[in-house]
Amino acid sequence: MMAGPASFLRSAWTVLREVSGDNAYESYLARHAETHPDQPPLDREAFYLSELDRRWSGVNRCC
Amino acid sequence: MSTLIKNAIWIAVGIFGAACLGGIALNRGETINAFWFIAAAAGIYAVGYRLYAGWITAQVLSADPSRATPALRLNDGRDYVPTHRWITFGHHFAAIAGAGPLVGPVLAAQFGYLPGTIWLLAGAVLGGCVQDMVILWCSTRRNGRTLGQMARDELGPVAGSAALVGTLMIMVLIVAVLGLVVVNAMKHSPWGTFTVAMTIPIAILVGVYMRVLRPGRVMEGSLIGLVLLLASTFGGGWVAHHPVLGPLFDFDGPTLALMVIAYGVVAAILPVWLLLAPRDYISTFIKLGAILLLAFAVIVLRPDMHMPSITRFVDGTGPVVAGHIYPFLFITIACGAISGFHALISSGTTPKLIASEADLRLVGYGSMMMESFVGIMALIAACVLEPGVYFAINSAAGVVGASADQAVATISGWGFPVTVETMTTLAKEMGETTLMHRTGGAPSLAVGMAHIFAGAFGQSMMAVWYHFAIMFEALFILTAVDAGTRVGRFMLQDLLGNIWKPLGNTGSYPSTVICSALFVAAWGYFLYIGVIDPYGGINILWPLFGISNQMLAAIALAIATAVLVKQGKARYAWVTGLPMAFLAVTTTVASWEKLFSVDPRVGFLAGADALAAKLEAGTLTGKALETAPQLIFNQRLDAGLTVFFILVLWVTIIEMARISWRHTKGLSVPPLSEAPYAAASDFDAAVVTRGGH
Repeated sequence: MMAGPASFLRSAWTVLREVSGDNAYESYLARHAETHPDQPPLDREAFYLSELDRRWSGVNRCC
Repeated sequence: MSTLIKNAIWIAVGIFGAACLGGIALNRGETINAFWFIAAAAGIYAVGYRLYAGWITAQVLSADPSRATPALRLNDGRDYVPTHRWITFGHHFAAIAGAGPLVGPVLAAQFGYLPGTIWLLAGAVLGGCVQDMVILWCSTRRNGRTLGQMARDELGPVAGSAALVGTLMIMVLIVAVLGLVVVNAMKHSPWGTFTVAMTIPIAILVGVYMRVLRPGRVMEGSLIGLVLLLASTFGGGWVAHHPVLGPLFDFDGPTLALMVIAYGVVAAILPVWLLLAPRDYISTFIKLGAILLLAFAVIVLRPDMHMPSITRFVDGTGPVVAGHIYPFLFITIACGAISGFHALISSGTTPKLIASEADLRLVGYGSMMMESFVGIMALIAACVLEPGVYFAINSAAGVVGASADQAVATISGWGFPVTVETMTTLAKEMGETTLMHRTGGAPSLAVGMAHIFAGAFGQSMMAVWYHFAIMFEALFILTAVDAGTRVGRFMLQDLLGNIWKPLGNTGSYPSTVICSALFVAAWGYFLYIGVIDPYGGINILWPLFGISNQMLAAIALAIATAVLVKQGKARYAWVTGLPMAFLAVTTTVASWEKLFSVDPRVGFLAGADALAAKLEAGTLTGKALETAPQLIFNQRLDAGLTVFFILVLWVTIIEMARISWRHTKGLSVPPLSEAPYAAASDFDAAVVTRGGH
């Protein structure tokens, strides 16, 4: 397996999307399909808002 | 054979780091190259991480990769998500990295570069990193319980309440002191004020983009925000020189303070998606980008540092923060070496992401090493300045004299030559009207960063680099103001809900408005008093903040120590017990001096009395006369607050000692609240490299 610059950039991009939460909706859909296939998933906007609500109700930034 | 080579490499790294630190300590030249600091730091972190942290995780914490973490056991795809360790590291570092380690080391540079460097390295490796990692371990073993809950579970209700109220007060001080730093950076700086003001409409625009136009596309939104923000940093220069627009952004301190306070109320009431969250996204990217850029520039440029290794101000007469090197070096540096606030993050979202106990070292210990390294870089940026320039920027008018002539004469008289021309030219170079009396650390850090960036990437854009640095600091300070107010509001609602139920309803609009306003009023008061104080406010507020932060760290370490004792690891209790004892003694000595020192710049009560005497003698005129009663009251209030912090600290420590003693005597103690062992192999171990947050 050759790890060229292209594959490095690709994995860097994946990490960046993961850390920033850019891909959160996709993973939510995948997980939702696995665990609750019978219920309709939230749409993008509703999911985004519920994520923000969850994330900003505790201490998550420091001095 | 391979272990032999590995050990040899680690020994070599250790010797290299020690040699670099030795070189720094023994250097007697006029200047010293910043390279040695980077090398010493890297060597010491490597050894601390490999040997000390490795030993702690194996022997003291018995971290067990076969034990299922809460992320595995309770995996719900939302809160609890087993996450790849580097991604958890990224989340955790982004959460703990704030303005504190940028400001503290810059202020502590008044003692010279050596004391700050030693404490940033030793404090982190032996104290701060250990605290973050052990609390992360405690919380991971307790399904991600918070510090306050762990204090109650492990030490009982008294210590639990003490930790809770202490945390609320430290939140007030954090927001106030950071607000003061940002106000001092914007004072009479139209360029800086414009850039900082622009972050608000830009964040709102990005917020609308991320919610309405392209829901959840945070990378796109952040990128747009970044571009706009850099454009407004450039554009600020044009605005500042514009005959009509320029004066619109030129404010004095008290006006800016009122604006920040009004902003705090509005930001706390607005929905998170509109302002807080989008700005946090942009600020996290800028923060990480600027830190990486600074590290890169320092390594490329390897600037010479002009600050002496130790200055005369170790005797307590320092113009930046008054007080003897012990305890005030430790109180001033605070977050860069050990920060109690991190214990709240380590017992917040992070433990719910830990996929394996084997990751505790990287996430807990490793992130704090990075934070300490940020502190080292801030120290370097402050020390590349000529000491005379550094003191001219950081000394308040009340200390060195209000006019430029008086100030440079005082500072030159201390043996740090500087001239009015130097300061005027420098201010012009940075696109500012003046750089004298710009307390708070941010302007001097920005001048240092501008020198380093311009040296590494080309001299032509000095003023833009300066304002980039100001914008970078202001951005996450304002995020801290928003986020801190929000958390403070939740805590207040929680607390007041016990008194009158409807106030405890976090979903209720009136309760939200009332509690937000109350919390903003609390920090707004300290901010406003800090701004009108002729000694620059920082001299009072920063030590108070440092004391509260170190107090919280000692509390966190006390909880950790009690857990270790109850876990049957009493023989290793010194790992957290010694740093706790050091912090407890240091904080107590500092509080004692803040209360009873006869030096009016150090002691709150002496300061209040000295001002009251002047008021009575009728020697005050103009503004000083007007503000004197407020300042006198404030210093007495600060004294009361200091007593409160010390009481909270010692209540927790005595509870810790009592519980530990009872445990060793076989008497009843609150039971260990650790979740029972479950094998990781019983759970779907597919660690999410995608998914989650």
